[in-house]
Amino acid sequence: MKPVIQAIGLQKSYGGHRVVDGLDLSIRKGECFGLLGPNGAGKTTTLRMLLGLIAPDAGSAMLLDLPVPQAAREARIRVGVVPQMDNLDPDFTVAENLLVYGRYFGMKDAEIEARIPSLLEFASLTNKRDAKVPTLSGGMKRRLTLARALVNDPDVIFLDEPTTGLDPQARHLIWQRLHTLTQQGKTLLLTTHFMDEAERLCHRLAVMDNGKLISQGSPRELIEQNIEPQVVEVFGETSGQWASEHAAKYAQRFEVSGESVFCYVRDAQPLVAHLQAQSELRYLHRPANLEDVFLKLTGREMRE
Amino acid sequence: MSIFAFPQLSLRFLPIWRRHWLVWKKIAAPSILGHLADPVIYMLGLGYGLGSLLPEMGGMSYMAFLAAGTVCYSTMNSASFEALYSGFARMHEQRTWEAILNTPVGLDDVVLSEILWAATKSLMSGTAVLVVIWVLGLSNSLMSLWMIPLALLIGLAFASIGLIMTALAPAYDFFMYYFTLVITPMMLLCGVFFPVTQLPESMQVVASLLPLTHAIDLARPLMNGDIPPQTLMHVGVLLVYTLVAFYVSLVLFRRRLSR
Repeated sequence: MKPVIQAIGLQKSYGGHRVVDGLDLSIRKGECFGLLGPNGAGKTTTLRMLLGLIAPDAGSAMLLDLPVPQAAREARIRVGVVPQMDNLDPDFTVAENLLVYGRYFGMKDAEIEARIPSLLEFASLTNKRDAKVPTLSGGMKRRLTLARALVNDPDVIFLDEPTTGLDPQARHLIWQRLHTLTQQGKTLLLTTHFMDEAERLCHRLAVMDNGKLISQGSPRELIEQNIEPQVVEVFGETSGQWASEHAAKYAQRFEVSGESVFCYVRDAQPLVAHLQAQSELRYLHRPANLEDVFLKLTGREMRE
Repeated sequence: MSIFAFPQLSLRFLPIWRRHWLVWKKIAAPSILGHLADPVIYMLGLGYGLGSLLPEMGGMSYMAFLAAGTVCYSTMNSASFEALYSGFARMHEQRTWEAILNTPVGLDDVVLSEILWAATKSLMSGTAVLVVIWVLGLSNSLMSLWMIPLALLIGLAFASIGLIMTALAPAYDFFMYYFTLVITPMMLLCGVFFPVTQLPESMQVVASLLPLTHAIDLARPLMNGDIPPQTLMHVGVLLVYTLVAFYVSLVLFRRRLSR
């Protein structure tokens, strides 16, 4: 089957700095695909090139079988976008935001009006229909932004950090809705740096750093391919000293971060038995997760 | 597409224009008051106050002289404020453009809608001032109806010029330069308050290059019921300002938003 979104050798530089560096990507119909990476990895620039908003310096992109940016206008008729920062119309009510946005797709007012009730229901905003945007909570604004992205009943939805800045309740509601969309057969491409979000929602993921894809696969594959299956975190004032003396004996790999030591192991039993005898240290034994993979691939140092 | 490509114009600007119209309708009353208060107070204050000291100016009462200039400068102001402050808010602060550009509507359509909307505001403010002038009996010629399309043309020219500043602006403060170095001098040099011929020769040359001079050279005879001398040349200058500034602003916006 042909991919819905495809990138071949995409490249983009700003002021001599290569933000996206030879990116290949292929996203299938009905898939929820996550683009992960630290700040500045090139995720948003990648989305903007795939949407045809900016032209790549090299490489090519296809969106819904159309070349972008050349045929971006035609492709975007069937695309919805949830941007990183809210850009709802503050002067308008919830319903007016949907009406005005639908017109940009060339939809007739009657056609949009007919869709508004189901969009509001999907966004749990039915009783906020006539509320002005500034009176909405952060979660409501995000849901309205999502509803607005669906006004044209798109086949593909781009979501740039859809839950950044939301409280846990609001995030869970968004996740539920995104899950519903994938069940309806929509293709989702989202960027995030929440690993639990990626693990929960995405069928496949790609980790980006410095403009390059450094690993891709299902969440489980990424964990299996990149990291030992068990993690033992060791805490305590003497953890650093303990690590230098003992960690290498028990762990295939370990990292010291402040007063914590992260030990990556295939079999945790010998290490756990050893730690039980160390009264000054506390420890946590857990299966490896996506965050461990992410930190291994992109490093622990801050990106600013 | 190169940033220098020819503008791609289409009717897709229309839904954006309707968006601006819907916003404006919500604040119509204070907006109309704003369009009217400032120019009418200037016209009446100077017209009565200064006019009583002057016998005549340009063959008419000072108030009537002032009326033509007032329509033109209030039209210039409303297009400029809309293109600079409101345009910048939509592009930068509210990210309205960003939302629109994610749809099949393109940047050329967005810029065109900004120009046409700012010109619409000019049309409204020019007409509002004109109505006051008619009510006061300062102009009673049918020729003064030509002021309505002229207000639109002045609006197009100043909206296009203003958008160049919006495309370059890092923040709102930047617009002070434009208002103090461009708009205010035009108001004082282009014949709003006194005939340009009163200025020294060199300043007259400068004034003749400025768009507001040409707008007023058209407006004053029209208000008085005469056909303006050199109509085509004046209209041509305003059109050239519009088209060139539209293209320059479009190139600048393409450059700004391509990153």
